[in-house]
Amino acid sequence: MSSNSNSSSNSSNSSRGGSNSSSSSRKENPIDVRLREVMGRGEYALIGYMVAGYPDEHTCLDVALAMIDGGVDILEIGIPFSDPIADGPTIQRASYIALSNGITPRKALDIARRIKDASDTPLVAMTYYNIVYRLGVERFIPMAREHGIDGLIVPDLTYEEADDVIRVAHMHGMDPIFLVAPNTSDERINMIASVSKGFLYLVSVYGTTGERDRFYEYTTNAIRRVKGLMMGRVPLAVGFGISRKEHVRLMIDAGADAIVVGSAFINIIEKRSGCSNSNNNSGGSNGSSNKGSMLEDVRQLAYELKQATRSSC
Amino acid sequence: MRLKHYPIDGKFGRFGGRYVPETLIPALEELERAYIDARDDKDFKKDLEYHLKHYAGRPTQLYHAKNLSDAVGGGAEIYLKREDLLHGGAHKINNTIGQALLAKRMGKERVIAETGAGQHGVATAMACAALGLRCEIYMGAKDAERQRLNVFRMELLGAKVNRVYSGSQTLKDAINEALRDWITNVRSTYYLLGSVVGPHPYPMMVRDFQSVIGREIRKQCISMIGGMPDAIVACVGGGSNAMGTFYEFLDSKVDLYGVEAGGHGLASKEHSATLCAGSEGVLHGMLTYLLQDEDGQIMDTHSIAAGLDYPGVGPEHAFLKSIERVKYVSVTDDDAVDAFMRLAKYEGIIPALESAHAIAYAMRIAREYGNDASIIITVSGRGDKDVEVVKRYLEERAASHEQ
Repeated sequence: MSSNSNSSSNSSNSSRGGSNSSSSSRKENPIDVRLREVMGRGEYALIGYMVAGYPDEHTCLDVALAMIDGGVDILEIGIPFSDPIADGPTIQRASYIALSNGITPRKALDIARRIKDASDTPLVAMTYYNIVYRLGVERFIPMAREHGIDGLIVPDLTYEEADDVIRVAHMHGMDPIFLVAPNTSDERINMIASVSKGFLYLVSVYGTTGERDRFYEYTTNAIRRVKGLMMGRVPLAVGFGISRKEHVRLMIDAGADAIVVGSAFINIIEKRSGCSNSNNNSGGSNGSSNKGSMLEDVRQLAYELKQATRSSC
Repeated sequence: MRLKHYPIDGKFGRFGGRYVPETLIPALEELERAYIDARDDKDFKKDLEYHLKHYAGRPTQLYHAKNLSDAVGGGAEIYLKREDLLHGGAHKINNTIGQALLAKRMGKERVIAETGAGQHGVATAMACAALGLRCEIYMGAKDAERQRLNVFRMELLGAKVNRVYSGSQTLKDAINEALRDWITNVRSTYYLLGSVVGPHPYPMMVRDFQSVIGREIRKQCISMIGGMPDAIVACVGGGSNAMGTFYEFLDSKVDLYGVEAGGHGLASKEHSATLCAGSEGVLHGMLTYLLQDEDGQIMDTHSIAAGLDYPGVGPEHAFLKSIERVKYVSVTDDDAVDAFMRLAKYEGIIPALESAHAIAYAMRIAREYGNDASIIITVSGRGDKDVEVVKRYLEERAASHEQ
């Protein structure tokens, strides 16, 4: 394990030395390619979110593949942080369990590498800025790139503080993906959209991540407003709270190009693998049949949500 | 560049800034505008002065601790800035009155705040009760259990106390949860942060509201000792009483000491000495020093003084450390308890355990200064809340010595 991390940091050093040798920066990013393909078919994209190391280091790999098998177009991998302020209880619990299972940023990237080896689905890493800052932007981004990560979302990194991330991401052909919110001004949306690559991520609601029963008019108004300002620069993804087909249609009808779903998947894992807050060492020990049906439910949810991005009803 | 001019564009050197979800940016911009507008407004200033004087009990006195100075056995004379005499028993009210007045001026009806041991929660509940604001306090479930009386105090003052069960169930998690509430209710809610931490403009604004401490010290020193003191010592958790004490003296030649919680010693890893033993990182909206592991996960901290038990520190302190304007040091639980008992015995003043850290360090350095020198200690709070903790601590120490 330590030899793995050594070799990856060594190779990141060498690629830093010869920055013009990175052919990846000239090649089109897989996220752009995938979104163009999906939209070219008249569909909208489904982005699925998982927490690396949840419910445990091995099962999360199966979860990723079940999501992809169900129809997820892009996979977002959460690298757990001890203090996830943008996340609601579901992802907080999952992050806490993953950390209790000994997941580190390096192990999370190793998991990403294994997913990438098993599938051609574009991967986006989602983590908080301290995880990136601690390793160093100059080391984190090339290391993530070598582990198959194509884009990076950092919910607590604002436009004003992002110069390093934008510069280093550009050098290594990584898409820095930024978030906007319903209360973000037109002026800021324009600024942020000009630096966000791959897609722009609109947070659908006032609040943290986590399933919601309903959405209010301000959400669809925000989608229409942001979409109007995008001028086709990058596709618009909408996330936070989305868990059902009806939600997917609602967002797409308002102008979303892609839908991000996270907590709904994690809730299935939590329910079906007996992984709960009160018992954080039990990760998936309830037998393989249980795990099999959990994975089938994950696949089924991805399938249903993906279907909703296709139909035009 | 005069140090009093910081922050510049929301930053103290490279420290500070705004590392928050985008949803909070409009709220922080609105807060900054409203604060700057209020700060320069005569009516607001008058209102603030009125409440600080008639409600909180300012000015607080500077007291010449002759017995303590003698007990140290030579060296500088020690003076105590008596923030412990304020309403609520701590400096916290300076900030909560200021921010509650601002919340009211901004037309916000609901106030939220975090609290560790309960001091800031109580001070927020008081200010909100006095000004007719609805108030909810986030408190780690572990802290709420340890400080049950403070939970009841807050409830008596009309606040709703929300226990936080995530993470380590202590102060840092209470701040996380308050931030999540603010993200959710950003349009109606005022977040009343309790220290010089968080995203800009909080570190600046809380410092400004606390800087009344240093301004009074300067005036009182002129009349009592006929000039500037030689050194000033204050304890640092998040760092609000220290920043409020130091600010007036940043561009002077006075020696400034910030005393962190050394817990069981820096080698034990059970401490809260963020500046002495931490590293740079981003937490709670700011770039600052943190106690974190090699991957950037925030670590659990320890101090016998609950008010110092925080894995981050105000970004202005990080800056003042980086330019070596303030010397940051640490004092262990043992030495803090010793100073707590000595001040009680020699001066009849029971200080908060937080403040006892500053007292312990001042006693240590008093002899390094000449006989005509003077040292000011900010006694940030009174120690009634700590009497039980100290009693238990002494019993446990006695028991372990017998073995």
